[in-house]
Amino acid sequence: MTSTAGTAGSAAPVGDQADSGADLELTDVTKSFGDFVAVDNLSLTVPSGSFFALLGPSGCGKTTTLRMVAGLEQPTSGTIAIGGSDVTGTRAHQRPVNTVFQSYALFPHLSVGDNVAFGLRRSGKSEIARRVADGLDLVELGHLADRKPGQLSGGQQQRVALARALVNRPSVLLLDEPLGALDLKLRRQMQLELKRIQTEVGLTFIHVTHDQEEAMTMADTVAVMNRGRIEQMGTPAELYELPRTAFVANFLGQSNLVPGTVVDRVTKSGLLAVDVSGTRILVPEVRSVRSSGGVLVGVRPEKLRILVGDQEPTPAENVLGPGTVTDVSFMGVSTQYQVEVRGLGTFGVFAQNLLGGSTVATGAEVRLAWSVDFTFALDGADAPDEGTVDLDDEP
Amino acid sequence: MSITAALGEGGAATGAAPRSLKRSRAHWVLLGPGLIYLVLLFVVPVGALLATSLYVPVPGGDIGQYQPALHWQNYPQAIAQFWPVILRSFWFALLATVAALVIGYPMAYAIAIRARGRTLLQGMLLVLVVAPFFTSFILRTIAWKQILADDSLVVAILHWLNLLPEGARLTATPFAVVCGLTYNFLPFMVLPIFAGLERLDVRMLEAGADLYASPVTTFRTVTWPLSLPGVVAGTLLTFIPAVGDYVNAALLGNNTNTTMIGQVIDARFFKVLDYPTAATLSVVLMAAIMLIVTVYIRRAGTEELL
Repeated sequence: MTSTAGTAGSAAPVGDQADSGADLELTDVTKSFGDFVAVDNLSLTVPSGSFFALLGPSGCGKTTTLRMVAGLEQPTSGTIAIGGSDVTGTRAHQRPVNTVFQSYALFPHLSVGDNVAFGLRRSGKSEIARRVADGLDLVELGHLADRKPGQLSGGQQQRVALARALVNRPSVLLLDEPLGALDLKLRRQMQLELKRIQTEVGLTFIHVTHDQEEAMTMADTVAVMNRGRIEQMGTPAELYELPRTAFVANFLGQSNLVPGTVVDRVTKSGLLAVDVSGTRILVPEVRSVRSSGGVLVGVRPEKLRILVGDQEPTPAENVLGPGTVTDVSFMGVSTQYQVEVRGLGTFGVFAQNLLGGSTVATGAEVRLAWSVDFTFALDGADAPDEGTVDLDDEP
Repeated sequence: MSITAALGEGGAATGAAPRSLKRSRAHWVLLGPGLIYLVLLFVVPVGALLATSLYVPVPGGDIGQYQPALHWQNYPQAIAQFWPVILRSFWFALLATVAALVIGYPMAYAIAIRARGRTLLQGMLLVLVVAPFFTSFILRTIAWKQILADDSLVVAILHWLNLLPEGARLTATPFAVVCGLTYNFLPFMVLPIFAGLERLDVRMLEAGADLYASPVTTFRTVTWPLSLPGVVAGTLLTFIPAVGDYVNAALLGNNTNTTMIGQVIDARFFKVLDYPTAATLSVVLMAAIMLIVTVYIRRAGTEELL
């Protein structure tokens, strides 16, 4: 399906057989720029027809990975295969892959219709006019085919860029932060739109983003990248409920992480007992990265329950405290508390407003309880704040 | 108020009138020096030129004595006498423009695209393009006389390679004149194309590659059309002065088959003292250039890109 010849350009390698998408396989791919290793020995298989997200902070190597798949960069070592055939070393125009660029990169001198037809003309497809019309209809821009890109709004340009890539029915469609330039409302709308289109056309989508919410909303599988490596890969729910590194725990949502030491292993119930600053915390062994030594005990903020006064936890709950409520933010659907526990630091708690109004005031002495089943434990060598999203750092 | 209305300001509210009146006065003050300059040094001389082109000799007067008239027959006469020279001027200018484009476009591309991001290299290359301007135009053209002279290294090498037949020469040929024109106007070709390519977003080229276009196809369908405004500007800045140039033809030509219209106008004005014919040829040249340029810009379809 892929040819290494065809320097003439007119002989594009994409055939109509690519209609259902194809597997993408990266094997031991490394990319260095001088001394800097952007992508470090990355191996990855994306099954055909899936919506796959590469999630990570800027500089984590996700865009470089995407560019290597597109053929815009060549890996320093390792191989890239699409639909089973090795495409390493071939150039961008020879690969059955299309990209929706972050900047859209629409051709300003061509009309919307000609932009969409560009790839079809190069690969010598038939019925170009009909395919262009179908492509524009898919993104609901059929009526703007004669406009120039400069006459469209950002959201419309984004959809033209999507149509321009989609009409070619590539084996793999690459999306490089395609919604980054849109405002929040439009972004939410386009997220749903993209998901709908992916389900409709059934192509393999690879979506690069630094926005964890975007990745979780759209993708079947998310790979969290950090420093050129994949930290963890799985469905959004798996990653959220059971992060395996401090980076994932903090980058995907928020986490309360406290250091502790495994003191006991209860084989019968499959639990680990962890000493956290004198308090005994239970963690299911399957939810712990290690079963001995130093660990980071973690729990998501919405899993925590605030115990006031003489309220008692259930036997299946871990308890920490007492602590002092230092901040209460009422957010409508929920209330966000900051609870300072002496010797352990500050815990974030999200409490749903099921009863209306906030019941716990700043300065109150409280304890924190949560179900043992929701507890997870990470390698104690991880930095507890790794991957914490710095708001000033967001592009 | 009437002034503002005439300027299309359309300030309807009476309260705004004094302010916009003041602003329109500011317009005139700002435009003033340029307008005076243009009227005195362009509009008036062109008017004088048009008038002179219709003059007739004073009956029984000395050489160089003419009197006002409306003798339009000066035009057919001048054209009939000098049309080969006019045609040759346009031909030489066209050759020089094409040569400058062929040489200049790759230069501009290399500086704007290949050297992008390497500011120091880019700056140095641009200085090299502009460096010839630090020496006089005449000196540089005389230097070409040396370069193409019969005993020059270039000619010796061409003879040795058998690329130039025995006895043939480069100096005092149409080739030499076109070489001089190309060389002298090359920066005017390179700089506008560079300015155009400098603005080209290289991600467009990646998008082209991503959409199955080979480098050559990407150039043809993306880079070239996007650089057209620069190319049009560059070709005009080369072609227009090249048509009227007389220094290259005078210094590098041979006075027989290299004469350009600029030389004729110069000779008519200052040697033969035939002012009406010189003026007529100037007007014809101006009109022809305007016509060609208009057609060219229309055909290039660059109005909307500019």
